[in-house]
Amino acid sequence: MSEASPAFQYATLSQQREAATLGMWAFLATEVLFFGALIAAYSAYRTAWPAEIAAAARHTRVALGAINTAVLLTSSAFMATAVAAEEADRRRPLVLCLLATAVLGLSFIGIKGYEYWLEYREGLVPALNFDFGRYGGIGELFFLFYFFATGLHAVHLTIGIVMVLVLAARIGAGRPPRPPVLRMVGLYWHFVDIVWIFLFPLIYLPGRTG
Amino acid sequence: MHGSPPNYLTARTTIRSWLFSTDHKRIALLYFASITFFFLIGGLAAVLIRLELVTPAADLVLPDTYNRLFTMHGVIMVWFFLVPSIPTTLGNFVLPLMLAARDLAFPRLNLASWYFYIAGGALTVLALLLGGVDTGWTFYEPYASAFSNGYVTLAVLGIFLSGFSSILTGLNFIVTTHKLRAPGMTWYRLPLFVWSLYSTSVILVLATPVLAMTLLMLVAERVLGIGIFDPALGGDPLLWQHMFWFYSHPAVYIMVLPAIGIVSELVPAFARKQIFGYKFVAWASVAIAAIGFLVWGHHMFVAGQSLYASLVFSFLSYLVAVPSAIKVFNWVATLHKGWIRFDAPMLYAFGFIGLFTIGGLTGLFLAALAIDVHVTDTYFVVAHFHYIMVGGSVSAFFGGLHYWWPKITGRLYPEGWARAAAILMFFGFNLTFFPQFVLGWLGMPRRYDAYPPEFQIWHVLSSAGASTLAVAYAMPLFYFFWSLVWGARAPANPWGATGLEWLTGSPPPARNFERTPIVVRGPYDYVEGQPRPQAENV
Repeated sequence: MSEASPAFQYATLSQQREAATLGMWAFLATEVLFFGALIAAYSAYRTAWPAEIAAAARHTRVALGAINTAVLLTSSAFMATAVAAEEADRRRPLVLCLLATAVLGLSFIGIKGYEYWLEYREGLVPALNFDFGRYGGIGELFFLFYFFATGLHAVHLTIGIVMVLVLAARIGAGRPPRPPVLRMVGLYWHFVDIVWIFLFPLIYLPGRTG
Repeated sequence: MHGSPPNYLTARTTIRSWLFSTDHKRIALLYFASITFFFLIGGLAAVLIRLELVTPAADLVLPDTYNRLFTMHGVIMVWFFLVPSIPTTLGNFVLPLMLAARDLAFPRLNLASWYFYIAGGALTVLALLLGGVDTGWTFYEPYASAFSNGYVTLAVLGIFLSGFSSILTGLNFIVTTHKLRAPGMTWYRLPLFVWSLYSTSVILVLATPVLAMTLLMLVAERVLGIGIFDPALGGDPLLWQHMFWFYSHPAVYIMVLPAIGIVSELVPAFARKQIFGYKFVAWASVAIAAIGFLVWGHHMFVAGQSLYASLVFSFLSYLVAVPSAIKVFNWVATLHKGWIRFDAPMLYAFGFIGLFTIGGLTGLFLAALAIDVHVTDTYFVVAHFHYIMVGGSVSAFFGGLHYWWPKITGRLYPEGWARAAAILMFFGFNLTFFPQFVLGWLGMPRRYDAYPPEFQIWHVLSSAGASTLAVAYAMPLFYFFWSLVWGARAPANPWGATGLEWLTGSPPPARNFERTPIVVRGPYDYVEGQPRPQAENV
């Protein structure tokens, strides 16, 4: 497959690769606006009720969030190394880097799930189990955004993990995908990482100083 | 067909070969059949609305039914007809041909986008069959989440799904335009339809996800009962309006930019003359798309938005008039000393220029802070946006459909009937909607099924116009079908136009061109009314 001719609508393989890469960037532009809308709505409420949002945000588990930030950043480093390993045509490190990326991604999901469980026990889950007496209406709104944003992020991350595992399996079996595919999955992975880089301070850090 | 080489229509003929086709030309026809279906449903709702409004009393349907009718009309017409109409049908068919590409960059994604559209349409139709939605197409909060008893969630999820269709189509067009242009096809040799489709695609990719997120928040509020937008629960209803119009105002340009592109094709083709100010017309599309993102607040002048925000939004809204007017002046300048032919597509283009100008100028009334207070939520607004979306976009859609019909089907439509329909459509449209400007100015609010008797004459005129318009819209349905069987066979270039799409067969072969053309000049090169095609090696 790797030496195959381009799909019929392309004149050359390099044209096809450029098109695929540009397509991924355009898709990520869509994603930026998708998450951007949510972050904008959240920011509007944070500006409108700074004290209430800060009080609610103090109930998030900042240590777990910080560990997860480190986990996800490390996974991105492995993803970047995987792309470099593909360019250097080194199959074994490539597969290992992809597996490390996926394992770290799964760890993130696991830690996040543990956080969700703790929050459920504490009565912080809107609609399911929410303790109004302690957190109030704006607190509920904050936690709705919290679950909405981190939940959508986790869905994106899960899709990324599946793609990385499929890639690792195919490369391990000696059936590597055509060249831009790994790079495209890498772009996607870094995008999911960057979304978290924005979510972490917005969600976990209000009300932590002073 | 006997003895002639197979084209994209005759290459394979099973139902499967249509439903799973990745050929952009076949997908364009799949979309064409689907949007025609939705146009008929949306039109049926309009017929019932206009019938109810013939008399001042609410006597034809129940008030609640009336609310559901205008909501259905708006939802179907905006998301399932106008937004996809030109890009997914004519754009899908013509864009690769204009670039001399063999297909779009991602043919399977193109097919997937149609399935998203059908799935979204099915959910929305299901919501309508179960009893409909009474919120108006704008789903204003907190009514839509806290009070409406309709199938809001289902309809909203349908719109959400159809958004994927918009995004994937836009993404495909952007990459195709960047990466699949024929040798010699530089950016300034691109037909203006391509420039307008490109600008539209940027809006599709950047605005649609905001609507998607906004609709998800509406569903969350409605299902979970948490106050994102409902003030009784601590939410902010103005935030809904901001986020809704952040998509829905640029969506107006999703609907009208492709129409502008078609008219920019029709005017030079039928004036047989180089377009006046090519670069200005091209960049005006980009400018409209860019500025269009910054004007949404003019929908909220009376909603309690800060006066200073309103001032800025008002100014930016005026700014959109500049690139729009550049287009109109350049089309008119192109006509000057042209060798004009009055074929049906050109009649639609003339209709577009007049109606778009009226729609645009009344838009300036609405962008003015003081006048807007007087006419907000009246029939003046209704008339204004129908002049843009129906008088403008739908006229151009029909113009483009007639122009490329010989290319799409390989048949010529009956010219006399087509001209009659174009003229009837123009008069029917004005009779329907001009009285609504008067009604709005006199104070008739939109979305009411009953009204004071002194407004009746204007409503009767409008309903009479709507009947005329219905006949004019039905005519092409008949003579287009007629032409499929009895129409004369179309030559490759029936209009003597210059674009690459006219260099290949009518209908084109499955892979579009037997050999890839080498582009040697710009798109509208005429010498003394004689066309010089963009490529000569075909």
